Amino acid sequence: MTTQVKRDKPWLMRTYSGHSSAKASNELYRTNLGKGQTGLSVAFDLPTQTGYDADHPLARGEVGKVGVPICNIGDMEALFDQIPLGQMNTSMTINATAAWLLALYVATAERQGASPAQLQGTTQNDILKEYLSRGTYIFPPAPSVRLTTDIIAYTVKNIPKWNPTNICSYHLQEAGATPTQELAYALSTAIAVLDAIRDSGQIGADGFEQVVGRISFFVNAGIRFVEETCKMRAFGEMWDKLAQERYGAQSEEMRRFRYGVQVNSLGLTEAQPENNVQRIVLEMLGVSLSKKARARAIQLPAWNEALGLPRPWDQQWALRMQQVLVLETDLLEYGDIFDGSPVIAAKVKALVDGATAEMARVQEQGGMVQAIEAGYVKRQLVTSHTERMRAIERGDLKIVGLNCFRETEESPLTGGKDSGIMKVDPRAEREQIERLNAFRAKRNNAEVKAALATLAETARSGANIMPASILCAHAGVTTGEWSQTLRDIFGEYRAPTGIDIAANDDARGARAVAIRTEVIKTGEEVGRPLRLLVGKPGLDGHSNGAEQIAVKGRDVGFEIVYEGIRLTPEQIAKAALEEGVHLIGLSVLSGSHVEMVEDVFNQLDKVGLRGLPVVIGGIIPESDAKLLKEKGIAAVYTPKDIDLNGIMVDILNLIRKANDLQPVATA
Amino acid sequence: MTLALPEPAALAAAVGGRDRLALARALNLLDDRRPVARQCAAAFLDALPAEKLDTGGHLIGITGPPGAGKSSLTAALIQVWRRRGLKVAILAVDPSSPITGGALLGDRLRMHASGADREVFIRSLACRGEFGGLSAEVWPMSLAMLAAFDVVLVETVGVGQKEIDVSKMTDTTCFVAQPASGDSIQFLKAGIMEIPHVIVVNKEDIGMAARKTLSELKNTLRRQMDPEGWQVPALSVSAALGSGIEPLADALDSHRNWLLARGQFNARRQRCQAEWLVKHLREEFGRYGIGLLGGEDALFIRLAEAPRRSPIAEYEALRARVIREIKAKG
Ligand code: B12
Ligand SMILES: Nc1nc2c(ncn2[C@@H]2O[C@H](COP(=O)(O)OP(=O)(O)OP(=O)(O)O)[C@@H](O)[C@H]2O)c(=O)[nH]1
Ligand SMILES: [Mg+2]
Repeated sequence: MTTQVKRDKPWLMRTYSGHSSAKASNELYRTNLGKGQTGLSVAFDLPTQTGYDADHPLARGEVGKVGVPICNIGDMEALFDQIPLGQMNTSMTINATAAWLLALYVATAERQGASPAQLQGTTQNDILKEYLSRGTYIFPPAPSVRLTTDIIAYTVKNIPKWNPTNICSYHLQEAGATPTQELAYALSTAIAVLDAIRDSGQIGADGFEQVVGRISFFVNAGIRFVEETCKMRAFGEMWDKLAQERYGAQSEEMRRFRYGVQVNSLGLTEAQPENNVQRIVLEMLGVSLSKKARARAIQLPAWNEALGLPRPWDQQWALRMQQVLVLETDLLEYGDIFDGSPVIAAKVKALVDGATAEMARVQEQGGMVQAIEAGYVKRQLVTSHTERMRAIERGDLKIVGLNCFRETEESPLTGGKDSGIMKVDPRAEREQIERLNAFRAKRNNAEVKAALATLAETARSGANIMPASILCAHAGVTTGEWSQTLRDIFGEYRAPTGIDIAANDDARGARAVAIRTEVIKTGEEVGRPLRLLVGKPGLDGHSNGAEQIAVKGRDVGFEIVYEGIRLTPEQIAKAALEEGVHLIGLSVLSGSHVEMVEDVFNQLDKVGLRGLPVVIGGIIPESDAKLLKEKGIAAVYTPKDIDLNGIMVDILNLIRKANDLQPVATA
Repeated sequence: MTLALPEPAALAAAVGGRDRLALARALNLLDDRRPVARQCAAAFLDALPAEKLDTGGHLIGITGPPGAGKSSLTAALIQVWRRRGLKVAILAVDPSSPITGGALLGDRLRMHASGADREVFIRSLACRGEFGGLSAEVWPMSLAMLAAFDVVLVETVGVGQKEIDVSKMTDTTCFVAQPASGDSIQFLKAGIMEIPHVIVVNKEDIGMAARKTLSELKNTLRRQMDPEGWQVPALSVSAALGSGIEPLADALDSHRNWLLARGQFNARRQRCQAEWLVKHLREEFGRYGIGLLGGEDALFIRLAEAPRRSPIAEYEALRARVIREIKAKG
């Protein structure tokens, strides 16, 4: 074959990364770019995402763990050292503090000599899904939505090539959403945001089409890739219609559904992790096969997703999967291969109809913000996820290597010295604090104070927050200071947990009834009903596991105390005491489990509750599990422990043991 | 060790001395249904400082339909009380799951504003499907909390008749109305609902609907008076914005002062206990059992005159009498 076939331009290929420090992440970015990656995708650590400096008590154990710590403009300059921002396309997964990180980005670009108008990239800036799934919210919904609209209004005027918000359905699927729910809630979120910006009066009627055109999406692609293909086509149709009918967007260009993707990770397993490679590749097909509904940017997780953080080699493997699809296959040579298929059309229609009905239910409640505040949306998600978990537990939903075909040879992948994951240097936190102190010592404090005063005044007046934030960035304000100023004015929020859902059929099943009988009996033996505190210490927002344990615990007859994410160890000990619980179950997925367990034990000591049994679940490498048990943890659970009923029996027996009762055996 | 029982007098002294761990243990004890624990609990209650139980502190009930904002309002009130230097304990009664008997104790989440403050103590209770929406443990637990805190607030879900329980077992009852829901007004008009001491319409931030509900409630109240002559205030608040919370705290306080000024405070506490005893007896033995003790009215009169005694000890004594009567008859 000699004739050159015309191929479509490939999508942006990214790897979501960042860790330890700005300097270390910068090196990683430059290596990745050298390997053919075409854009950057920045992962920030949890203190940066929730607005705390590295030396804040709540940041302990979290600095530089799951992303890069950015405390001020010094860090931002180091992060993009030798990366010309005028030419780069940078995606930043940042939400509650999005205005601040964008301000730092603009200020850094200015110092590099680039003008804002040149900048290209994305701020995730979708706060509503933070309340539902991702967990890095700070303020109540109203002021948060205002910050979102400020960023949109500012960039449309000043950074026209920027994608100011990426409405996310990705995280909803990761919290259990069905394709219909993903469609309905993402589009309802888009409505909430666009209505808010229209009502804010920052953009005139003539400029509104531009705003509609700047809205982009961040979507998930699960293993059921045919349905996912249809979901993407449904998104395109529904968005086009919404943009035209509700917002009067005339040009087709402005109504195009533009989206980036991270493929599903919830279904990636700890058991036989090599199988995740097949899953990731198949999931990528769902967002690339149909030209009409093809992603603009794709980032893939790594095979060791459920084990811990990926190493550079793991990320390289994920990038190569995309490159093989783009460069070696003939995918990009054809027009849309699904147009005209009645099977696809019927499935798309079913999804559109289902999503339209659910969107109407949201609108009946006054819109997405109200439906979230009332707890409705979160309950829907927890319900879906509970159904999924029960199906896996029963074996109806097959996951190879996890609930079927579990026999395996020993894996050469996980045998290495590092157990197949990246471990963040424990010195990262201390070094970041040292850098922060040095930065603080050098800056002009009067200038900082004045900038913060301007920020406060802007926050109160309702004027656009961006110019004041950029001023703060140049003045040397820190992430913690910017956020605290707004915390003082806007207040803080705790979102509904969604666990108050109806018990499903499994709660009436034989196994659950058998366990419940024992739970009640033990309650009688110890004198009162058994109580369990499910606690999420630290800044970790992964709530799925805690929610599932809480719902299951309720279903087998425990009284459950669960206060949602982001509690301090002190608050957990306080609640354990006040509520008179029989056992504490911690859930930590962000990697800070060792620090959190130490702190929780210290606090329990302080209130006089040493001796209370404590178990933990989450992403906990084997070597750490041993360490935690030495520190006094009674049991450790990880993603491969899918038999929730079995976990409940363990917990029951731990309580019995603590009360000098013999263990019970339930089938 | 949960199975070992505490020494009652020492525990009572520690609770009176505001020891948080002791209070937690005391509440566990009051929740303990084993017969040995009941004896211990009775002794514990008897050993609590009497003056605090008779006239100390302020026991407040907060009730209203699901989702009216009781917990959010409680969180807002906690802040006001803390600013006034008062120490606050909360008993949050949550509905349990009727199918599984398990429960999700979710009110604590909404009251989270109290963070790590050691002068705020929150205990949740599943209502475990009994006692008309109010857990049987509420009264004894309220007493234990009164021995250690300045304000004790009990949150219960209630619509219609179920409010009665909490309003009969607190010094002051506050009813939280949901804007745009006419139910509470209907119940008040029809006399189905015990008249609370303070009525609030929450969520005034949503505007019209809240204002309308407030004016309807005021109209209804004009025609209904508290039999003892207390003027029931109807207030408008927003737990979300924190507006109207100071006046609400003042109104609750006024009712306490009104009771004190009329010398009725102690009598009201005694009446609360009598209500609890009678209700508890009725649960266990029905109307028949109460009849064996001479009927409800006579029982109330006797209890009002009886010397002060802990509720559990008193209950066990009454219970023993009912059982004796039954045996004598049979
Ligand atoms: C779903 C998911 C998300 C969702 C979370 C949705 C939600 N509301 O929970 C979303 C997309 C929002 C998300 C975001 C992030 N994630 Co994430 N996420 C995952 C993922 C794919 C699955 C976790 C999950 O929910 N599993 C399902 C539940 C049911 O399982 P589980 O929690 O493990 O619980 C089981 C057991 O562990 C146990 N258990 C758990 N808790 C408890 C508690 C008790 C008491 C008991 C008895 C048992 C128990 O029982 C459960 C039953 O099987 C994992 C990777 C993986 N496949 O595991 C990454 C993962 C946890 N995420 C990770 C990261 C880094 C993040 C981010 C911090 C990235 C960033 N820099 O921004 C963000 C921010 C989140 C935040 N605010 O903290 C890392 C953590 C790395 C580490 N520990 O070293 C992981 C491991 C992925 C990776 N390899 O990089 N994530
Ligand atoms: N707009 C508005 N919403 C409020 C206000 N107070 C509470 N809410 C919301 O009303 C819902 C219920 O609030 P809660 O405080 O849990 O109400 P509750 O009466 O304790 O509810 P239950 O204990 O479940 O019966 C939540 O979604 C709150 O955010 C308010 O003043 N204004
Ligand atoms: Mg409540």
